[in-house]
Parts: sequence; structure tokens; C-alpha cells
Amino acid sequence: MDRAPPRVAGVGLTHFGVHPERTGRDLFAEAAATAFEDAGVPRADVDGVYYGNFMGELTEHQGHQAPLMAEAAGLTCPATRYENACASSGVAVREAVRTVRNGEADVLLVGGAERMNNVGTAGSTEGLAVAADDLFEVRAGVTFPGAYALMARAYFDEFGGSREALAHIAVKNHDNALDNEFAQFRQAIDVETAVEAPPIAEPLHLYDSCPITDGASAFLLVSEAYAAEHDLDAAVSVTGTGQGGDHLALQDRADLAFTPATEAAAGEAFADAGIERDAVAFAEVHDCFTIAEVLALEGLGFYDRGAAIDAARAGETTRDGDLPVNLSGGLKAKGHPVGATGAAQVVEATRLLRGDHPNSDAVDGDVGVTHNAGGTVASAVVHVLEVDA
Amino acid sequence: MSDEYTPENPAPDGEYDAWLDAVAADEGYYLACDEGHGWLPPRRVCPRCGGDLHEESLPETGEVATFTVVHVPTPSFAAEAPYATVVAEFGAVRLTGVARTFEGLAVGDTVAPAVGEREEGDRLLLLEPV
Ligand SMILES: [Zn+2]
Repeated sequence: MDRAPPRVAGVGLTHFGVHPERTGRDLFAEAAATAFEDAGVPRADVDGVYYGNFMGELTEHQGHQAPLMAEAAGLTCPATRYENACASSGVAVREAVRTVRNGEADVLLVGGAERMNNVGTAGSTEGLAVAADDLFEVRAGVTFPGAYALMARAYFDEFGGSREALAHIAVKNHDNALDNEFAQFRQAIDVETAVEAPPIAEPLHLYDSCPITDGASAFLLVSEAYAAEHDLDAAVSVTGTGQGGDHLALQDRADLAFTPATEAAAGEAFADAGIERDAVAFAEVHDCFTIAEVLALEGLGFYDRGAAIDAARAGETTRDGDLPVNLSGGLKAKGHPVGATGAAQVVEATRLLRGDHPNSDAVDGDVGVTHNAGGTVASAVVHVLEVDA
Repeated sequence: MSDEYTPENPAPDGEYDAWLDAVAADEGYYLACDEGHGWLPPRRVCPRCGGDLHEESLPETGEVATFTVVHVPTPSFAAEAPYATVVAEFGAVRLTGVARTFEGLAVGDTVAPAVGEREEGDRLLLLEPV
């Protein structure tokens, strides 16, 4: 069996932003076309499409999206949609990695798409809330920001922490997005602006939250053998994959200020790749809210519990810090088209490692990590990417 | 209630509806396994240990574990906002509900469960400070 890590042969993103007039299929077609062009792989060689989408039924009245998206990409091969809320395409990536590594496919198109702005703030708030437990959370008024606010208050209560510390995370991620042509927000903000912004779900305010985003992501994942045989320029491999799970409802979790699903996913992914955490040069983590970045860094094991809240303020996770986090701008500033996010993190990490990302100069090393979470981290997927030295 | 499904008249939810009825009648309960893990219905088995479940009485009051004051609600909660979503510990189980009175609310405060009506018609679990 060919156990060599699969390679990322070509990547594509649409602009992440407000595109209410564009259909999901149009967005995915653009991302896929870019990935094919980047890879130089013929469409006839594709064995399957692994596609992530969360709320297509609600926003586009469209289920059974995978064959539709394959068609949009110019393919009629087998295609499957993965739905795990905000981790939808992260799970698609994981299944694609396992399939290629098991020798069951040589070329897969992997990605995701989400269309959200066409249903407005009310519609997308409703759509996102569906990721929580309908009986015991949604009917108790839980919104997506509300759920993370519950975790933020629990964190503050257990470890301390302040809205100013969270604001530094928002400022950092906005700064990182300034040169990213795909990002939704490309303006710098300051701590004072973030702290004084209107509340969404206290203690989280406007700049603690990711925006409502339309967009798509795609990349071609190929076997080592296929890359060698076709002399592809595919220097980045996915060397580790891991996934963790937890109770869906926050109230059923052992702990309200820690995410064991991330811890489990990270443990599996790092062991799979055979690397230690100090080998990691940068991380793209799921920062749908500023507190989510804190929880991610502690769940990933980069920080002890209660210690990541001040990482951005201390400059440890900024672009010139020891562990730059969310050099793409993250979900916070790059945007969060839900089903596209996990695969988009792999696209950004690939470009950062290859050296063709505007923030590649902040990367000092050969290893990057992506972390994609579903809902309030009832699902988490972690991938390790490495570039040929 | 008509038996025709519409978004305003959704399908009944069996044991969840029965649980809300019990809370409304001050006869709230939760489900527990022999290891003492607590859960809410509908459950057939303990998710933590796989053990069988039996009903236990819900404590009359709980302690606020965390809460948020929601300013941007989902459309179906538009008439409620701003409101507090509260997660409170009731012994072996936690409940998530709405506090309509939340001025000065803090972690550790005592709340009591009740069932309220929403303008849209749905019932909701209230966790009001006592
Ligand atoms: Zn049990």
C-alpha cells in the first residue's frame, strides 16, 4: 500500500466577501478552475470530488450539492458532500487525504463553498444557529456568537482575561489580511476601536466576530506516485491528519472553557505526521470569534490552559512572533464562508509554505498546521502540512 | 394544534415536549446512569459510559455556570432581545435557558427553571434569577 503523504498539486480561492448575486456553483467553479490551472493536472485524471458545504438547503434551497459542484468544475466523476457545520470542508480534506494515502485514488478535487449574504444577517444568523442543539440550545435563544460568548465568559471566570486581550487578536488578524487579495477585510483596526464596538453577544462585540462571507476554496490532492510520474511541481505534502469529537450541546461538555475535540484531533495529527509541536512554524486556526483562537491554541497544545489569552498582546502569535497564527487574516479578517473554510486553510498554508503568499516571509520553517472546528467545537479537524526542504 | 406541518406549527418533539410539560408543572427531571452522569431527554443510553438511564428529580434551583447577553438574535427571538442565555448547573446536569431579567447577573448566581411563552408561540425554558 502506498502510505506516502499525498501532495497538494494546485490551489484556488475566490475572493472571500460579499457576493450575494453569485451562486454557490459559480463560486466553486472559479476556485476549481484556479486550482486546475495552478496544478497543471488534466480534468480527465480526477478520481473524485470531496466537497464541504453547511447551509446550502437554507440559503440556496439546494441539497445534493456534490455532483452539482463537480459539474461546475467540469467533472462527472463520483462526488460527495461533507457536512460538519464550520468543519465541513476540513472533514472533506481529511477523507481525501486518507483515500489517497490508502491508494484508493491518485487525484482528488477537494474544496468547499458557502453562500450566506443573499439571506441577510437574520437569515445567516438563523442558518448558523442550526449548528447548535435544536432542542436544548437553539430554542433557548443560542446564536452562534452567543455560544462562543458563553465559552468566553466561562474562560474569563476560570482563568481571567479581558476584552482588551481579545481585541489584540482581532487587531493581529486584521493586520495579517492587509496584503491578502482574497480577504474580506483589508483594513487595519486598533484595540480601542475593537473594544468600543457594539455588543453582539456579551462579552463578544462586533470585532470579536468573523463576518458573513460568500466564497469557495479548492485544491487538487495527488498521490506521491502521480506527482512523480507527471513531474508535478507539488512541494507541499499533507503529512498528518486528525479528527476529534465532543457532545454537540455546550451544556453536556465536561468543561466550558476547553475544547477536547481539538486536543484529540491535534494529538492524532501530530503523531500521524511524526512531528513535535516545536517544529511548527505557523498555524491557521479556527478563529470564528477571537475567543475561538485562544481555545484553539490551548487545545492544539501550543499553550497551557489559561495561557493563550495574552499570546497576541505579547506578540507571540503576531507575524514576527515565535508562532505566527492566522497569517491569512484568519476567519476573523479573511472571512468565513462556512463550508469553504477548512479547505481554504489548507490552500493558505500551502501558499505560505510554497513561498507565494504575501505573508510567506513571516514563515521560518517547513511545517504548518491547520485547525478547523465545527459549531462550538463538537467537531475538530487538524492537518499538518510540510514543504520539501 | 392542527397536525399539518408549517414552519409556524412544527412537528411535535415527543420526549422533549413531555420534559417541558414536567418543568412547567414543577416536576422537572433529568436522566442519570448508575455512574451518576446526567443528561436530558430524549436519550436511550449514557453517552459517556453506555449505561442504562433512569429518571431523577431536577433540583429546584441551579447555579449560573456562564451566560451571555444577546443583542443580535435569530429572527425567531427578535421580540426577546436583548435577553440573557444562561447555562446553569443543576447537580449532575446543566440546563440552557433564557433569563429575561439579567441586570447584574453573575456567574454563581442562583436561578430557577420555568417554561415561558414566546410571542411567536413556541415555548422556551426560562432560567430566571431567584
Ligand atoms: Zn454514564
